[in-house]
Amino acid sequence: MPHDHPDHSHDHDHGLSPSGHPYRVDNDEPLTYWQRMEIAVRELLIEKGQITPAEISAQIEVMDARSPANGGAVVARAWSDPAFKARLLADAGAASREMGFDIGPLNLIAVENTHSVHNLIVCTLCSCYPRNLLGLPPDWYKTRQYRSRAVREPRAVLREFGVNLPDSTQIRVHDSTADMRYIVLPARPADTDGLTEPDLERLVTRDSMIGTGLARTP
Amino acid sequence: MAERVRVKAMMPPGHVRAPAYLRGKEGVIERPLGAFHNPEQLAYGLPADKKPLYRVRFTMAELWGDGAEHSGDTLDAEIYDHWLERL
Repeated sequence: MPHDHPDHSHDHDHGLSPSGHPYRVDNDEPLTYWQRMEIAVRELLIEKGQITPAEISAQIEVMDARSPANGGAVVARAWSDPAFKARLLADAGAASREMGFDIGPLNLIAVENTHSVHNLIVCTLCSCYPRNLLGLPPDWYKTRQYRSRAVREPRAVLREFGVNLPDSTQIRVHDSTADMRYIVLPARPADTDGLTEPDLERLVTRDSMIGTGLARTP
Repeated sequence: MAERVRVKAMMPPGHVRAPAYLRGKEGVIERPLGAFHNPEQLAYGLPADKKPLYRVRFTMAELWGDGAEHSGDTLDAEIYDHWLERL
């Protein structure tokens, strides 16, 4: 056991294990006020028969099952079907539900990348993200760095993601400040004319739907 | 012609969804979004009126002046009607 060494202090926040890996900071501090509140409300709802533990587990599984593949399917459909693309840009929520995605009460706007416009999504106030369609946001999306820099110097941020856009491309940043959520409809890559919808889906990355990336080329 | 608006430069305490960096800045209505329950009341569990919400488009030049990376780039944000003054 690495912590049994008598000749050093037990400082768990830094240092390396004998095999050279940093110790992971554990979450065994006391519960916060809101964690206690969540447990109390959950236990009360179960005791009073409002909801069962199985229903809670099932809902967590539903949330964990959401992934960028859902958004990828929507994008591939829009690339393949001009009428669907028109419906997506008019009302992205209705178009996603039409494809069978249960996105709940989400108010979704799709913004289209073209040869002259590139869209980038951020939530400066917190971490609003189209979770119902893309799953959980990446950790960097929630950082103060990304949230503050995306609105101040989006081109520098994009370069760090490996996206170099010419001055002739207009960048439109979308700050998700209130009730809407956003998904970028990436530009369809060149030389993909013969591809089927499932093939196209594989070209759609999570970052291409946030705007910090472009779709893959085949 | 898109309608020109300015975000009110007020600094009330409490939960608001109008980011500080947009207050006092001028933009145009990109599209109306309909009416939504006011988050300033909702956040405190109070009965929340429905307020009209708009997407407002700002130029980076308006937000950051000479410090803008590229003056023609834009930023869109959702701003409630009670935070906007018509120009």
